[in-house]
Amino acid sequence: MRVDQRLIAEMIAPRARVLDVGSGDGTLIDYLYRTRSCDARGIEIDMQNVTQSVAHGLPVMHGDADHDLADYPDDTFDYVVLQRTLQAVERPREVLRQMLRIGRHAIVSFPNFGHWRLRLQLLTTGRMPMTPVWNTPWYSTPNIHPCTIRDFLLLCEEEGYVIQQWLAIDEDGARAPWRRSIRLANLFGEQAMFLLKRAGH
Amino acid sequence: MDISASPSIADGPVYTHQTVRLDSGLDLECGVHLAPLEVAYCTYGTLSPARDNAILVCHALTGDQYLAERNPLTGKPGWWSRMVGPGLPIDTDRYFVVCSNVLGGCMGTTGPRSICAETGKAWDSEFPPITMHDIVAAQAKLIDHLGIDRLFAVIGGSMGGMQALTWAADFPDRVFAAMPIATSPFHSAQNIAFNEVSRQAIFADPDWHDGHYRDFGAIPARGLGVARMMAHITYLSEEALSRKFGRRVRHDAATAVPASSSPSLFGEMFEVESYLRHQGSSFVRRFDANSYLTITRAMDYFDLAAEHDGDLANPFRKSQTRFCVVSFSSDWLFPTSQSRLLVRALNRAGANVSFVEIESDRGHDAFLLEEPDFDRTIRGFIAGAAEHAALKVGER
Repeated sequence: MRVDQRLIAEMIAPRARVLDVGSGDGTLIDYLYRTRSCDARGIEIDMQNVTQSVAHGLPVMHGDADHDLADYPDDTFDYVVLQRTLQAVERPREVLRQMLRIGRHAIVSFPNFGHWRLRLQLLTTGRMPMTPVWNTPWYSTPNIHPCTIRDFLLLCEEEGYVIQQWLAIDEDGARAPWRRSIRLANLFGEQAMFLLKRAGH
Repeated sequence: MDISASPSIADGPVYTHQTVRLDSGLDLECGVHLAPLEVAYCTYGTLSPARDNAILVCHALTGDQYLAERNPLTGKPGWWSRMVGPGLPIDTDRYFVVCSNVLGGCMGTTGPRSICAETGKAWDSEFPPITMHDIVAAQAKLIDHLGIDRLFAVIGGSMGGMQALTWAADFPDRVFAAMPIATSPFHSAQNIAFNEVSRQAIFADPDWHDGHYRDFGAIPARGLGVARMMAHITYLSEEALSRKFGRRVRHDAATAVPASSSPSLFGEMFEVESYLRHQGSSFVRRFDANSYLTITRAMDYFDLAAEHDGDLANPFRKSQTRFCVVSFSSDWLFPTSQSRLLVRALNRAGANVSFVEIESDRGHDAFLLEEPDFDRTIRGFIAGAAEHAALKVGER
């Protein structure tokens, strides 16, 4: 399991109801079920991953964040997880709204477009940056909505979400030491992870 | 055409199917009380002492209870013998597998060929109209008789999937896991249309005799055969037909045109034509026309949402059943879009649902054929459900 998935798992209370949106090969939900007795389910866009997950006995359905969250009733889950996918969905704001409608908490991770290497590349070369995290050229990237950590904070403020926890993580998913300063995290954090809840809860 | 072959089902040998007779009978949705009720069935494996390892497999329109053993009528292997057996995805070393002939069928369960208690004669075309709920209620009587309170799983493809859904809707507490495969929560206008063509073909047969063909020692073999030919096309796909037959023409002695004869429109036979005729002629030897009409009508009536105030989520609210919905990419009879409708409704109901579309070019029939991803899906879903049910069914 990736280190950032372990960080996500640590945020989730035992026996919680969890929906992992973009569950991949099902590693996280399998872990949550086996070690935390969670009722963990998945939605996954890649059919091979879906088949593999179901073949491992995991409750995973073929679907995607943009189209399949609207069906669930309010408060179906305690946590709705979106790993490294927010930048690739059609309507990130709507996806977040749905996540925090059907779940009491949302856990969101995304690659930070504010990282210094990206800023420097754009400044010095005048071309779209390419890094180990942002590694597809502009014309074929699935990442159609990149944002920085500060952009995301602003959106949470606009939408009235309470940030219960945030952390910057490096490319391998390990926690980065920028936990006090958003400004530093936005410059040096390759990825960010947020635990959110609705205001007034 | 050779599909008016010998009417063997009408006067052929009588087979003894394993049957339970329930004198209390069954109240049908149409108001008729059907008594006695006989249900023919097969079982495989052993029921656990806790009686918690039973899997009910529901057969499709023209299937039967001979799931995993030689069919006594056709002599062929059971229709799902590649899926059900020791060590197979539906593992009879671990599970007690039950399959029963549907109500209205012609393989031993009460149907049009049964004797009506009031008249002392066979029902034939007077057999009352039945619904998917009646079919499932009859199965429930069998499950009661077998002393099984809760089924570990109900699995079925096509019309079998309609039954699996109906089980989950009608008996939510008696179904731990449900696997509706290549199916739909309602019968579409297109599918009703196909059924109607099938039925009109049967009605147009001079041997139909308003459904009392048995009194005349006849069967509407041409009509039933054409019905089957047409239906069989809907079970396949253009790709499957092209791959299997292409435009190839048969060149064997039986169909060869004698040199002396004048040119004829039908002097040659495409292989696909020959195949369909074979499908038609072999079908009429094993299936009763009145059963075909009764069961296709039950499918046409099927619409779970309409029965629950127009919302398909309603029958599944508070359902604790684990669902696994499976569709096949080239199935145009029960397309993936209909499975997706079902999945969405299950999500609205907050149910636990897995959903896989299996990539296959073999159309609706893919669920009966060798599809490794499908096998893995069934095996995995059952194993996962068994873990959640804390079944003691041996090692995973």
